Amino acid sequence: MDFTIEINNEQVPVIRGELLLDALNRNGIKIPTLCHMKDRMPTGACRICVVENKTNGKLITSCSVPVEEGMHIDTQSSSVAEARKTIVELLLSNHPDDCLYCVRNKNCELQNLAEELHIDDRRIRGQKNDFHLDVSSTSIVRDPSKCILCGRCVSVCEDVMGVACIDFTYRGSKSIIGTTFGKGLNISSCINCGQCIMVCPTGALTEKNHFSEIQDALANKKKTVIVQYAPSITVSLAEEFGMEAGLDINGIMNAALRKLGFDYVFDTSFSADLTIMEESAELIQRVQKGGIFPMITSCCPGWVKYAEEFAPEFLPNLSSCKSPQQMMGAIIKSWFAEQNNLRSEDIYSVSIMPCTAKKFEAQREEMTSKGISDVDAVLTTREFARFIKLYGVDIHKLDPEITDSPLGARSTAGKLFGASGGVMEAAIRTAYFKLTGKELLKFQIKELRGFAGRKETIIDVDGLKLGIAVVNGIANAKKLLDEIREGRNDLHFIEVMACPGGCIGGGGQRIGASMDDLIARMKTLHQTDAKESIRVSHKNPEIIELYRVFLGEPLSHTSHHLLHTHYMERSDVLK
Amino acid sequence: MQNLKPILEQYPDGKREYLIPILQEIQESEGYLSQKSVIEVGKYLNIPTSKIFGVATFYNQFRFEPQGKYHIQVCRGTACHVLGSSTVLHEMERILKIKAGSTSRDGMFSLEVVACIGACGLAPVININGEFHAKVTAASIQQILDQYKNTSPVDSEENQSNS
Repeated sequence: MDFTIEINNEQVPVIRGELLLDALNRNGIKIPTLCHMKDRMPTGACRICVVENKTNGKLITSCSVPVEEGMHIDTQSSSVAEARKTIVELLLSNHPDDCLYCVRNKNCELQNLAEELHIDDRRIRGQKNDFHLDVSSTSIVRDPSKCILCGRCVSVCEDVMGVACIDFTYRGSKSIIGTTFGKGLNISSCINCGQCIMVCPTGALTEKNHFSEIQDALANKKKTVIVQYAPSITVSLAEEFGMEAGLDINGIMNAALRKLGFDYVFDTSFSADLTIMEESAELIQRVQKGGIFPMITSCCPGWVKYAEEFAPEFLPNLSSCKSPQQMMGAIIKSWFAEQNNLRSEDIYSVSIMPCTAKKFEAQREEMTSKGISDVDAVLTTREFARFIKLYGVDIHKLDPEITDSPLGARSTAGKLFGASGGVMEAAIRTAYFKLTGKELLKFQIKELRGFAGRKETIIDVDGLKLGIAVVNGIANAKKLLDEIREGRNDLHFIEVMACPGGCIGGGGQRIGASMDDLIARMKTLHQTDAKESIRVSHKNPEIIELYRVFLGEPLSHTSHHLLHTHYMERSDVLK
Repeated sequence: MQNLKPILEQYPDGKREYLIPILQEIQESEGYLSQKSVIEVGKYLNIPTSKIFGVATFYNQFRFEPQGKYHIQVCRGTACHVLGSSTVLHEMERILKIKAGSTSRDGMFSLEVVACIGACGLAPVININGEFHAKVTAASIQQILDQYKNTSPVDSEENQSNS
């Protein structure tokens, strides 16, 4: 601590250069915020964080003012209380009065503030605006009438994702966060990552829900409804039910899915193993036959769309492998259907993903076969939790169950897909084995783990030095691509995940999760990897069996037909 | 859309701060900012189009649709306001089925709100392709518009859009 300032008549130690808000929070004083985002440039736009500077009696925004020697701050004066209350009252004055019908009911920052600041009277009545709902996107619904113009979505879209498909448009009372020319999100450069939803304080941004289709399918006796869930769901769902962050409730989830009426329950980690088999074979093929480097992963649909829009010259670098979601979908509607005498049109295939972009991916034309989608509907973690509540399943009273066979077994490598660096780690383990005939001595590649935006290492495969990079947050990928554009050529394999931390921080996960929660989720995935015995995809018995009876070998003709895809440049989006 | 090259070439180093002058020149020459122009400016200055649209909509001067055959300016200055120009504007929007700042579907009329045009003695006043109409009321608008619908524009070459 460098010096002290006076806060509410007490001397409080502070660090030179820190923002007043941080100093106040550290010293046990809660300050309401709306536009504030940790570690991002403060904008001071919403002004809810005002405190009184006793020296001159002025109100200052604590989120944007650094501490100064000799400061006298009052956070409880009547003018502070009055100002904060008025700000929220003004925000509410044109806000739709439909909290009960809002998906963010009881999980809304504006609602919470109204409660905390004791707003119990409608003092200010404003004109409600009549902005249109934007339902054009396959993944994200925008309701600008619920927007309070805090700008957090704009910031995350530009700074974290490097996409910038939305910005403040128009002026004054007509201001609206919008796309270029106010067009639908579907023709903007939006990559559907959903990080805007994660930071939205209100219900202005939500996922496009697939509820009713799934309910219809579950109620339809003619349909066989099959569900798969992504690796990161089992370590994040518990939080939705008030349990500790990072708790893995895999078995209980399986039981819950059966209670909901799903006929078969599969784990996407299985098809993650399948992805690894194909992807590592592709890497080896590129090494041995002199293919295009660096090879770049293609599991993340947000990243894939970004590349199609902003980096089409790198499309040949992308692995041709479909994502685990789509591989599972394709296997279910082909081999699994055949094995169980089901017609593919009678199967309704649902996936539970930590991701809104997966909704987009599932409806891509390349992800259909003869007009039938590989995956019919996608639920986010949040929707899944609502689904469980809707059907009255008490997950606290369920006994753990295992997934169905033969598409349910997984290695821990497949499970690692849920965290940044996991795909790479899993791929390297299998590629190493395929190239050398030996298992990697220590399985963990610690250099590739954690939340850093970019992680790099060199893996020595019997003298062959593979340059590896793992990035998360598209803005970090963009920087790396720029280096490659400028001639960097020491990298062989790159993993890109759009969301910070990978899928555990995905745009479909619980809203309001803290960094500690994300760390706990990642830790659980790594612990699972440390304690189980099958730690490489090529040792997954059901994967071995699937190749034996159906696929033949990685990159076989059947594999190519079912498990690989192609990408297209998207020059027509407004970017 | 015309070729933007002559305009962009005047700003060879493509810095962000040239955005507004470039937009102004495009509007000057095209009459409005087309989607294609905005995309091209974005590429040239390396600015996302959402940002350009954000900047352009902040200012009243930029249009995003070609002007109609007849461009109507409704004065919303103080004198006109006092004498009922808001009713005039609403009636105009109702009849033309467009909002201020846009162009009717048949391309005949475009509507713009302007601050005082210096003819306060004639309030409420509107200006259609340079012709002033004085003491306009909600009741007289239909008649004024009919007048234009049935004739060719006075100076069509100058005002006709080049979309």
